[in-house]
Amino acid sequence: MSRSARLGFVAATLFAACAAGLGAASADTIRLGRPALPEEIKAWDIDVRPDGMGLPEGKGSVAQGEELFQNNCAMCHGEFGEGVGRWPVLAGGQGTLKSERPEKTIGSFWPYASTVYDYVHRAMPFGAAQTLQPDEVYAIVAYLLYLNDVVPEDYVLSKENFPKVELPNQGKFYDDDRETTEKAFWKKNPCMKDCKGKVEITNHAAILDVTPDEAGEEGDKPAGAVE
Amino acid sequence: MSEAKPGARIDRRRFLNLAGLAGAGAGVVAAGVRPAAAGSTPDPDIVNIPNWTQALGAGVNNHPYGVPSPFEKDIVRREVTWLTASSESSVSFTPLYALDGIITPNGLCFVRHHGGEAEIDPARHRLMIHGMVDRPLVFTMEDIKRMPGRTNRAYFLECAANSGMEWRGAQLNGCQYTHGMIHNVVYTGVPLRAFLEAAGVKPKGKWLLAEGADASAMTRSIPIEKAMDDCLVAWAMNGEALRPEQGYPLRLVVPGWEGNMWIKWLRRVEIGDQPWGQREETSKYTDLLADGRSRRFTFVMDAKSVVTNPSPQAPLRARGPNVVSGIAWSGRGTITRVDVSLDGGKNWTTARIEGPALPRSMTRFYLDFDWNGEELLVQSRAMDDTGYVQPTKAELRAVRGSNSIYHNNGIQTWLVRSNGEAENVEVS
Repeated sequence: MSRSARLGFVAATLFAACAAGLGAASADTIRLGRPALPEEIKAWDIDVRPDGMGLPEGKGSVAQGEELFQNNCAMCHGEFGEGVGRWPVLAGGQGTLKSERPEKTIGSFWPYASTVYDYVHRAMPFGAAQTLQPDEVYAIVAYLLYLNDVVPEDYVLSKENFPKVELPNQGKFYDDDRETTEKAFWKKNPCMKDCKGKVEITNHAAILDVTPDEAGEEGDKPAGAVE
Repeated sequence: MSEAKPGARIDRRRFLNLAGLAGAGAGVVAAGVRPAAAGSTPDPDIVNIPNWTQALGAGVNNHPYGVPSPFEKDIVRREVTWLTASSESSVSFTPLYALDGIITPNGLCFVRHHGGEAEIDPARHRLMIHGMVDRPLVFTMEDIKRMPGRTNRAYFLECAANSGMEWRGAQLNGCQYTHGMIHNVVYTGVPLRAFLEAAGVKPKGKWLLAEGADASAMTRSIPIEKAMDDCLVAWAMNGEALRPEQGYPLRLVVPGWEGNMWIKWLRRVEIGDQPWGQREETSKYTDLLADGRSRRFTFVMDAKSVVTNPSPQAPLRARGPNVVSGIAWSGRGTITRVDVSLDGGKNWTTARIEGPALPRSMTRFYLDFDWNGEELLVQSRAMDDTGYVQPTKAELRAVRGSNSIYHNNGIQTWLVRSNGEAENVEVS
């Protein structure tokens, strides 16, 4: 931006502030920065909320989504969202959240379909983020919902019907309650002497032996051990 | 030396006596514990002139940006490759066992990326404030550095998943791995409040969404009260520009709250009337409990501590005088006390807090003790100024189960064997 254009912005901001009678904000602060243009806000404001705010116009079917998914996503996430290697599993796992090894997927764990749209559009495919068009994202989300038994095979997801989609685990989240459920951790006088009887070792990290070793180091000392 | 009790404080006379004994080569030295040099043969490191005393060293500008001594080459961040599918969405760990004081050197601060390290030209970086505001604004880095109210504060940044691999039991062998998703630096920036006031938050604006400019376009919803209270928009750490891996040129500082919310490469702040339900606050950074339900918005990092020395990467080297050293921190306030146990939590001794004890900052503690070579079960227990006492892992599991991944602030135990080597264990 040229210096004169910049000064123009500053003046416009100041004028707007004065015209609106916004005495509360300090003049020093308002003299820095310049108004954000609608085109600029539109370019960056891509977030989508659970109530559907932020969804673009568009639609996509499960069938379209399947094809897009096989071409853009399946190499990491598997043809059916089952995950390849360590890459995230996207489908299945329903009913496992109380088990020893929960499988947390879109269908078993995520509360909102909006998050799927937002995140796929924002950050996927990994390494080529923000390359998918709105209709493509709708179609991929439709396919993911289908893989998780949330919508039928012939479903077409759109801006209009999006808020009607409910994920199974939506009601299972609640706000941080540590101050009530963990109030026992606020103790006035923690025990200092003879606090327990026999102390026994119940668990050793060395038995698991999954800590990185330093190549060429003596024995199996953890990487970075001070010599 | 056999009468020495772990945890007993030693006075100066006793210290000198012990040192004298060690110097005379007295006492039985266990395998792995280095014998003290005998005093009868002259020490070649004293009687011979070393090269560094004879020849000229390097000139003043040999390293225009200095680096640590080559003898410190092993003091580096490390990753555990099996933890994640890719190095670009992964974590490396701070070598806590080799550090002291409370400030983490910039080059050793642990790194957590979700889409790799963005490399940003600061001249092309912008910060946008928009949404439920009177005046949506765009700031350049130049603007930001001219903002009034510049602030310097030391804060810890702890990943919500720090110690997360330890929920099911002792797994990784070293405090770098079990506790190293933390760093503590002095940030320079301006209060986020200044930007929000400049834009004029509308009365309905109760939450904000912060977003990064990287390939994950990281986003988190933050309550407006926190944003107006102590959040900073920072461009410097420990006196110099942020490191690229820490968000250069601009990051959000959210004191006391989980590291995920400290958005790096900060480019956008949107004001709204409700949280956004982003991936990083639904799929991730929610805490699954035993009944199948999950806590969300578990922002604060509770009081926590760890003994960094001795620890699996830093064994004890000799009997006699030794120093237990460790760090404590609390997202709820200031560390007021740290207790240390050498017998697995049966008996505790209050350690010495040394150096600044600042709110929501790492705090250093020491316990000088005398080691007679017996096995130790070393623990530390932090307390903060709200009266919160760091719980045991068993106490945490009793409330939460073992699958909540995040917010594991349970007491750590190191088994120190008679040869001085230490191991990550759990005790009854």
